[in-house]
Amino acid sequence: MSAAHATGDVLGTSVQASSGGRVPSSVDGEDPGSKERPRARKIGWRHTLRRDWVLYAMALVPVLFLLVFRYVPMFGNIIAFRRFRAGGSIFGDEWVGMRYVELFLNDPNFWNVFGNTVILGGLTLIFCFPLPIVLALLLNEVRKTAFKRVIQSISYLPHFLSVVIVVGMLMQLLSLQGTVNQIIEAMGGEAIPFLQRAEWFRTVYVGSEVWQTVGWGTILYLAALTTVDASLYEAARIDGANRWRQTWHITLPGIRPTMITLLILNIGLFLNVGFEKVLLLYNPLTYATGDVVSTYLYRVGLVANNFSYATAIGLFQAIIGLVMILTANFVSRRVVGASLW
Amino acid sequence: MTQSALTSTPSVGGGVSVGPRDSKSYRAFTWFNGTFLVLLCGFMLYPFVTVLAQSFSSAGAVKAGMVNVWPVGFNLTTYKVVIENDLFWSSYKNTVVYTLVGTTIAMVLTTLLAYVLARRALRGRNVLIGLAVFTMFFNGGLIPNYVLIQTLGLKNTMWAVVLPGAISVFNLLVMKSFFENMPTELEEAAQIDGLGWWGIFRRIVLPLSKAVIATMILFYSVAIWNDWFAAFLYLDKQELFPVTLYLRNMIAGASSTASQGAAASGSSTSEIAANIQAVTMILTIIPVLCIYPFVQRYFVSGIMLGSVKG
Repeated sequence: MSAAHATGDVLGTSVQASSGGRVPSSVDGEDPGSKERPRARKIGWRHTLRRDWVLYAMALVPVLFLLVFRYVPMFGNIIAFRRFRAGGSIFGDEWVGMRYVELFLNDPNFWNVFGNTVILGGLTLIFCFPLPIVLALLLNEVRKTAFKRVIQSISYLPHFLSVVIVVGMLMQLLSLQGTVNQIIEAMGGEAIPFLQRAEWFRTVYVGSEVWQTVGWGTILYLAALTTVDASLYEAARIDGANRWRQTWHITLPGIRPTMITLLILNIGLFLNVGFEKVLLLYNPLTYATGDVVSTYLYRVGLVANNFSYATAIGLFQAIIGLVMILTANFVSRRVVGASLW
Repeated sequence: MTQSALTSTPSVGGGVSVGPRDSKSYRAFTWFNGTFLVLLCGFMLYPFVTVLAQSFSSAGAVKAGMVNVWPVGFNLTTYKVVIENDLFWSSYKNTVVYTLVGTTIAMVLTTLLAYVLARRALRGRNVLIGLAVFTMFFNGGLIPNYVLIQTLGLKNTMWAVVLPGAISVFNLLVMKSFFENMPTELEEAAQIDGLGWWGIFRRIVLPLSKAVIATMILFYSVAIWNDWFAAFLYLDKQELFPVTLYLRNMIAGASSTASQGAAASGSSTSEIAANIQAVTMILTIIPVLCIYPFVQRYFVSGIMLGSVKG
């Protein structure tokens, strides 16, 4: 409040009147420089700053934050091409060209973890993308609001748990004496050490991922479902469409924009498969299927102290992610006319 | 359920009503659907229930795998053991402090920026939005972030945990679209009454945004409460650890002692560990479970608002 008063005192009444004005509004007329009013676009920066300086001041710290904590690391990626010395410049000390890129392109371990990442990411996409849609459609058929609300609350809950807790729960459920093995033994099977077997890693990972995200994923679809035009259903019913056909021909097309938006976002995050969860969940016995690009670069970079090499890997991964999201967005804009921007 | 299924007017929820002709099969479906959803809830809740039961059970029963949904050998000794542990308490206290400080910083920064970005007429607005949105699709990556934190001298301070996540672009966009959807007449009226941008923000916008603010507080505080990785990366001193990192070390330690114990003999350390883990997990989840029901109704509508408009 005090800042707003100060404006009026320092810069005079005209500023106080116009400091609240939007660019095209008539409040501009009170400004001395109002000759430019018809050509609102040509208002100079000085004028804009004088009128909206409070807004710019409000944005200053958040924008500085973004620059320091988001953009400096982005430029910090340059150490993928420069040799980084501990305690040296954040941007590296001398150019080494594509050395680190060549190094990882020829690294068999890298291709191994890249394959794991693609498989794990692909499986996550296949299961975690469509299941919330199915659940949202089922929830949408529930007529009793109280019942629906209870189910929704419960299904969101795992989303609010720490990865540490989820992994802790997994370890207990999947231990040799855990519930899952009790069930297997009750059915005459033999207990499986799930977390020590490479062939089980993907199942365990994707299963827990579904458990954690499926309920949360329904929120957006349920929101989209409320916007589907009810008269369409009536028309379809008159045409003799049964429930299933109504769902297929009206509900699903109705939520298609939401589906596409989320699909594009999921594709963009494809390679970022849950780094933290894998890091907590895997162990040397399950590296064969569990080790992904981000955990590998964590070990190369921070455990083995090879910063530049790890940065090169990370940059590669980030660029693939960016390209994938741009491509997905481009394709969907062309094919279905929906896009993120 | 069947009664409402037979009504012919569609309900508000975008729901579909049925003609009497397919009501029989629909009734069967409704029944099946309800059963399925109840089972699903059981599936969702089971891990919580087991951990809760284990936390109240005797260590021997947990070790033997006798505990499923009901405590076996009910006792509170493990709670006592955990609560009397100094390291647990200092970690728990750290988590509380990090959450309070981090959420405050995050809320101030996010709300301010979201409010400014919601002014459609602001010059340079699109540049600022682009600057923020781009970070959703491309980020610096682990190592450059690590080097930055190190260079800024934030290692082994709480700022390393609290600062880097202060603006979540997703939250920012949700807030921005909430502010954009506010009736402009209110602000115009306030302008005429002589309020500047800051005055409008404080006196008009903030009081009307309780729902979205509550949602964002939930999101940020839960994220910081649950975070372990930043602490794992940037903190070396045990007395600075948040409770999630304490728990992580316990889980990692327990699994290694458990495998060692399996090699040697039935060790008592892993026996106790499972029990203590359960208690620590429960104590870590409880605060989240406590605020969750109160904010839940807000975040559903908040997310909807933010997303439908993109």
